[in-house]
Amino acid sequence: MANPKPEELVQIQYRTPPAGWMNPAVEFRKGTFCYSALAKNLKYLGLPNPREWQPFDADWKLPPDWKRIILEGMRERLKKYRSFRLFMEICVRCGACADKCHFYIGSGDPKNMPVLRAELLRSVYRRYFTLSGRLFGSLAGARDLTEDVIKEWFYYFHQCTECRRCSVFCPYGIDTAEITMIARELLNLIGCNINWVLEPAANCFRTGNHLGIQPHGFKDSLDFAVDELEELTGVRVDASINRKGAEILFIVPSADYFATPHYYTFLGYLALLHEIGLDYTFSAFASEGGNFGLFNSHEMMKRLNAKVYAEAKRLGVKWILGGECGHMWRVLHQYMDTMNGPADFLQEPVSPVTGTRFENARTTKMVHICEFTADLIHSGKLRLDPARNDRWNVTFHDSCNPARAMGLLEEPRYILRNVCRRFHEMPENTIREQTFCCGSGSGLGTDENFEMRMRGGLPRANAVKYVRDKHGVNLLACICAIDKATLPPLLEYWAPGVDVAGIHELVGNALVMRGEKERSTDLRGEPIGEMEAAHA
Amino acid sequence: MKKPFAALIAVAAIALVAGVASRVDGLKPWLAIVAPYGALAVLLMGLSWRVVRWSLAPVPFRIPTVCGQEKSLPWIKASALESPWSTRGVVARMGLEILLFRSLFRNTRSRLDPGPRLIYGEARWLWLGAMAFHWSLLVILLRHLRFVVQPAPRLATFLESVDGFFQIGVPVLYATDIVFVAALLYLLQRRLRDPQVRFISLFTDYFALFLLLGIALSGVWMRYFARVDAVAVKQLALSLTIFSPAVPKNLNAWFFAHLALVCALAAYLPFSKLMHLGGVFLSPTRNLANDNRMRRHVNPWNYPVKVHTYEEWEDEFREKMEAAGLPVERH
Repeated sequence: MANPKPEELVQIQYRTPPAGWMNPAVEFRKGTFCYSALAKNLKYLGLPNPREWQPFDADWKLPPDWKRIILEGMRERLKKYRSFRLFMEICVRCGACADKCHFYIGSGDPKNMPVLRAELLRSVYRRYFTLSGRLFGSLAGARDLTEDVIKEWFYYFHQCTECRRCSVFCPYGIDTAEITMIARELLNLIGCNINWVLEPAANCFRTGNHLGIQPHGFKDSLDFAVDELEELTGVRVDASINRKGAEILFIVPSADYFATPHYYTFLGYLALLHEIGLDYTFSAFASEGGNFGLFNSHEMMKRLNAKVYAEAKRLGVKWILGGECGHMWRVLHQYMDTMNGPADFLQEPVSPVTGTRFENARTTKMVHICEFTADLIHSGKLRLDPARNDRWNVTFHDSCNPARAMGLLEEPRYILRNVCRRFHEMPENTIREQTFCCGSGSGLGTDENFEMRMRGGLPRANAVKYVRDKHGVNLLACICAIDKATLPPLLEYWAPGVDVAGIHELVGNALVMRGEKERSTDLRGEPIGEMEAAHA
Repeated sequence: MKKPFAALIAVAAIALVAGVASRVDGLKPWLAIVAPYGALAVLLMGLSWRVVRWSLAPVPFRIPTVCGQEKSLPWIKASALESPWSTRGVVARMGLEILLFRSLFRNTRSRLDPGPRLIYGEARWLWLGAMAFHWSLLVILLRHLRFVVQPAPRLATFLESVDGFFQIGVPVLYATDIVFVAALLYLLQRRLRDPQVRFISLFTDYFALFLLLGIALSGVWMRYFARVDAVAVKQLALSLTIFSPAVPKNLNAWFFAHLALVCALAAYLPFSKLMHLGGVFLSPTRNLANDNRMRRHVNPWNYPVKVHTYEEWEDEFREKMEAAGLPVERH
């Protein structure tokens, strides 16, 4: 079946069915859900109930005691997470979150209102864990846990990208990401997970990265990049893998060295780190900064993240530098030290080029490349020619996690203003802490989920369209690997004519390197254009 | 319309039963003594039970929702309120949240226009309604102190004089009475008229609103129209506070209805969403600093997990690595 056209998709009805929301029945319509995880991936990771099944099957082949497993899982998590218990109990259903969710805005489905998404779980919580729910049932907002409820959970908790935008607006800070994470953990206990999360997780556990690239493949890819960069710039850079004694371990999302347009950002990193003479190494074991475990369970997150500190210790580096990636930084910033620290074998990060001490990373010992580069530029250590990016008229998309988990707002903007000459912000309700998700985060960026991705991405794309039409913007810069993979098709769909690039691609373009040949092309191998006449 | 109607009936029934029962002398002690003590006991025990249970649940991860620039490089201005990195900043952020409903103030309303074009308009009415409701409730509660403390505390008399500043009518009309009822009516009509909000509303959402509205209206009625004997009310309240309860004769049915609704609210509170009054202080997305990489956060139940070690990894790929010229630990 062909994908629906934008004109059709945008006919969104924000209607509420008269029968209310307690009926859990959902229709698994092609284009609006992700396929189940393959048994081999569950087996490799040692997860429960590996089997052949699909969401549209009538029989999900749940384990016989699935209900007990779910309720026990809830009981355990209510004890372990104050957030979970609190968020089950204090919502007043004021509805402030309702139209803050990109999936609600793009689908009009009331169960995509964050409040209702949480109620899907809360109703079961009330039924089995509160007195009023046991006594008064639906009058108290309680629902029985049935197989249909499990299917409904699977559907709607895979229509949340854990972007946390609703949590910005909630008067109690109720965070749907937290609820979705717990709900997915519960589903995981009875083997209801999606392949787009578990295949990368299984790959990552085995090879070190989501794409399943083996060490020699990483080496090939890196060698190829070094050759290509030499062709483009005339400068041959050094780049090593698994080199003991390097000062810094550099970890990037694997898409950076294997996917487009991520790859141009990767070239940008190589050029920059060579130019400043940084003593760094990549690792083929810790060849992934991203962590799809985050989209599966806290335990899987910890299992996949463990390699970062382990490898830093084995290689004997002083500290760790991290590339452009969104959810990767949620894990590194908010979870890594707690889960796999303390990193007492590392040193407080100091930029060897500028001497700047990154005090904000003094215990985790991992610095974001945008923090690192902003410091280089501010200290005057880089020669930049922003005119080389003149063919681009740039806007910046704050990726959910660097924005709402870290507060990394100014660093990328500072870099952009120094490496390109035309920069326009999108409307203020769509950037910074209010930024809209690409619609494909948290493991939902798969082709079979195309319609729902286009719906979820509508608010983001619509803001891009606004600056495209108003200022002639033709490039969306971002610092997230999932963004770079999923924004191009999204913009092609809703706002054609806008390309997607990483910040460090633009840095690499603007960077004047010692010994470089006269640059006629940018890192994409395309001619460095003149500034186009501004759009009317 | 079933849910709001049922909630209205439930609240009316409480008031009616209390009003009628107050006509029977033998039942008065139940309404004036047993119910207040019982409700207070349930409130205190329920509240502490809920708060203790929340506090006992650990906060395994530091997960603030960051709403401003992080503290990073010294020349970038960090947002102490929206991305606090110190206890002071967190206290200030929580203060804004609890006293001024900061997050609700951000509220917007989205609209999809042809084009398509998404518009985000300001939507501050909910914030205004919530502020008006909560702050007038606080003032009203404090004003009531004059019934349970002898002599009336300065704060209560001061609030009374400010609240009755306009000196309209006898007894003097309190501004907060009007604001309180107006805010409740706004919140109620919003819940009934906004299709999305009506859709998410449960019986309990209407019940809480009608209960508060019932309390407000019965209170207003007995103060301004049914003219309850305030001295008798104070006698009863004081006798309850010194645990030698005595029910004065001249209390009317409106007072008993008012009291019964208050008791119902107090006893219902620990089992309801109204517990947000305690929960808001504990929300981990708001009351934690964004200092994750500066200060280590410890998870009390952190446990070892099965990982894929470097050795296992190298064992699988050693030959390929050596062929590609990558360094290995063991040959």
